[in-house]
Amino acid sequence: MSAETDTKLIAVEIMGKQYHVPDGMTVIGTMWYTGHNIIRGVGCLGGVCGACSTVYRTKDDFALKVGLGCQMKVEDGMSFFMTPFYPAAKPNYKVQEIEKPKEELFRYFPEALNCRNCNACNKVCPQDIDIKGAVKDAVKGDFAASADKVLSCVMCGLCVSRCIAEMAPNMIALYARRTYSVFYATKHERLDQQMEKITGGEWNAEWENILALDTAGLKEYCKARR
Amino acid sequence: MDSLLEKYLGVIEATRDKRGAQAIPLLRDADVSKLLAAHHPDYRKEAYRPIAFGPNAGEQTVHELAALLEADSPLVAKPANLSRVDYEVDVLVLGGGGAGATAALKAREAGASVLVATKLRLGDSNTVMAEGGIQVAIKEDDSPVQHFVDAMHGGHYENDPRLLKVMVEDGPFAINWLDSLGVLFDRDDDGNLKVKKGGGTSRARLLACKDYTGLDMMRVLKDSVLNEDSIRIIEFAPAIELLTDAEGTVTGAVLQNLDVDQRIVVRAKSVVMATGGIGRLHIQNFPTSNHFGATGDALPLCYRVGARLAFPGTFQYHPTGAIYPEQMAGLLVTEAIRSGGAHLVNKNGERFVNEMEARDVVCAAIIRECAEGRGVTTPFGRQGVWLDIPVIDVVNGTGVVKRRYPGMLRKYERHGINISTQPVLIYPTLHYQNGGVAIGTDGQTAIAGLYVAGEASGGLHGTNRLMGNSLLDIIVFGSRAGLAAARRAKEVAFGELGTKHLEAFHKQMAKAGVKPTRTSPLMLPDYVRRPEAEAAG
Repeated sequence: MSAETDTKLIAVEIMGKQYHVPDGMTVIGTMWYTGHNIIRGVGCLGGVCGACSTVYRTKDDFALKVGLGCQMKVEDGMSFFMTPFYPAAKPNYKVQEIEKPKEELFRYFPEALNCRNCNACNKVCPQDIDIKGAVKDAVKGDFAASADKVLSCVMCGLCVSRCIAEMAPNMIALYARRTYSVFYATKHERLDQQMEKITGGEWNAEWENILALDTAGLKEYCKARR
Repeated sequence: MDSLLEKYLGVIEATRDKRGAQAIPLLRDADVSKLLAAHHPDYRKEAYRPIAFGPNAGEQTVHELAALLEADSPLVAKPANLSRVDYEVDVLVLGGGGAGATAALKAREAGASVLVATKLRLGDSNTVMAEGGIQVAIKEDDSPVQHFVDAMHGGHYENDPRLLKVMVEDGPFAINWLDSLGVLFDRDDDGNLKVKKGGGTSRARLLACKDYTGLDMMRVLKDSVLNEDSIRIIEFAPAIELLTDAEGTVTGAVLQNLDVDQRIVVRAKSVVMATGGIGRLHIQNFPTSNHFGATGDALPLCYRVGARLAFPGTFQYHPTGAIYPEQMAGLLVTEAIRSGGAHLVNKNGERFVNEMEARDVVCAAIIRECAEGRGVTTPFGRQGVWLDIPVIDVVNGTGVVKRRYPGMLRKYERHGINISTQPVLIYPTLHYQNGGVAIGTDGQTAIAGLYVAGEASGGLHGTNRLMGNSLLDIIVFGSRAGLAAARRAKEVAFGELGTKHLEAFHKQMAKAGVKPTRTSPLMLPDYVRRPEAEAAG
């Protein structure tokens, strides 16, 4: 659009090659602008699917950093590449078959105890989740706290890539959140009551009446009830 | 923006009290019709044309979709070797979003062997982006009938009542199933499931996981699929053609491996198409809230085997898509923010529509404000109106925005905007395909062996879907289609793999005088800049 021509150009490095691009673009926007046709690495483009993990360095900083490519703006002197895939292992379990979630956590994730408090996972998390805390909560058996902390987790797996104890903190937290919901969250009588009513045919006569109506009749019926 | 915001912040803050006291009544039907006809994109005649041939010949749709439906199969230029079958399964699920994952789990539960093929990764979908919630009638003052009434009204009485009845009645069971898998819906202080109000509804019936509802659902569904060893998954392998036997029954599909240039041939007793919507076609040049793969693949694929589309000409433009900063253009600002009390404000500091009207009405009202010179222009030339989010905190107390909409807050924070204190600029964004492949209550189509679920299907939502009915749709119909597909797999044998349907398709094409210049499905949008090609003309 019009403002693009007025925007100043900045220099970025993609997989070691330099390109000049208008200031203000995201990593993915920059990839497209520079002619890269990316298939792996683009997902929701809204910051919630975790497909676009990007490894980068900024000017005059030796540290390797990571972020989500659809959300992060490129800056002058930045060097990056997008990671297409991360071969993380994952234990299989069926929530329906779990009996004692707090004990079984250690069966599926024995490494959960190995956290060395390095904080690398928290530093790397693009969602700013206290993922280290979520793992510790799970280990302590406080699944409620763990579940609450990881609501916004996009499962990008960046924490897995950095964990020196070789664990998958996001998977541990997901286990805690799922089992918390199934085993410990309050149950909901209203939902049960509604299911009973539907099974018992509470509205069957009403439905017969509704489905027999023509469009005009249906319109009248609905409008009277709003 | 800083200067833009500076310029307008005064008028927005100064008019806040007055706006808060203002009651804007819901529009009467006649006024709704007038507003839609004048300003809703679905009513722009020049954007539409009749479909040239096939089951919906003569019906109006947008140019972008008509071109897809009339395009040729990629198998014409490069036929697939159908004698070498790579996979043989009871149920082939195409699409890895909420509907596809649900269909796969249910089909597996019913004893079928299942293969899921998806264009991107399992879970990369519009489902994962759904923020607001999932509608289901569970409160004392509510009922499935009331849910039906609201959805009918929202859909302009064009909805297929049989489909809608099934969705609202299955609703509570769908929630129960998600709950049993570990989706953690918000609770009330009394421990019951918390319900919020959504636009166009007469009762509060939105269940949510704050503003990450779809994310929590998709995370759990994906994990559940991954935990089923027996469900096979092929990622980055979208379908490019369905396969049929001599009778026209769907018997499998050809997939395209996107990593290497190879085709994958799948033989299946049932195919469930759950490939989602069409936003990435950027109909009428609208930005979109949809994920990268949303190119409406089900529509041309099903059309070519003879399935009819329901309401191929109606789309949902979500009223509140971000337009600033430029990198956020098209991204959704959840409707829950409007139901939470935010005001839509034009450049004069005036509200101009009841924020709780149905989506198409609010959308048309915003477009009207901009068309009539009451919009605000961004530095990149986009027009929009303000969404005064801070008023929520002014009315309810500081911190409410942060607590209720953490996802939204984070997205804007990344670009230096604090939505607790700063209003944001919005304009409608292409959000949802209201119509799709016509289905029955089990997701079945007129073509034996072919089932469709979720956004790819049409009829359920009439010509306008209400907030929260899509997340319910994908679970209810994903489930029904998966179960029906598994039932069929028990009754039939594997069929012959062929492309005889293409002969019929080509005959119709020739008769209509259409000479295809491209192939469909589109598969992926192309945003790559090619300055050399552009310079060459």
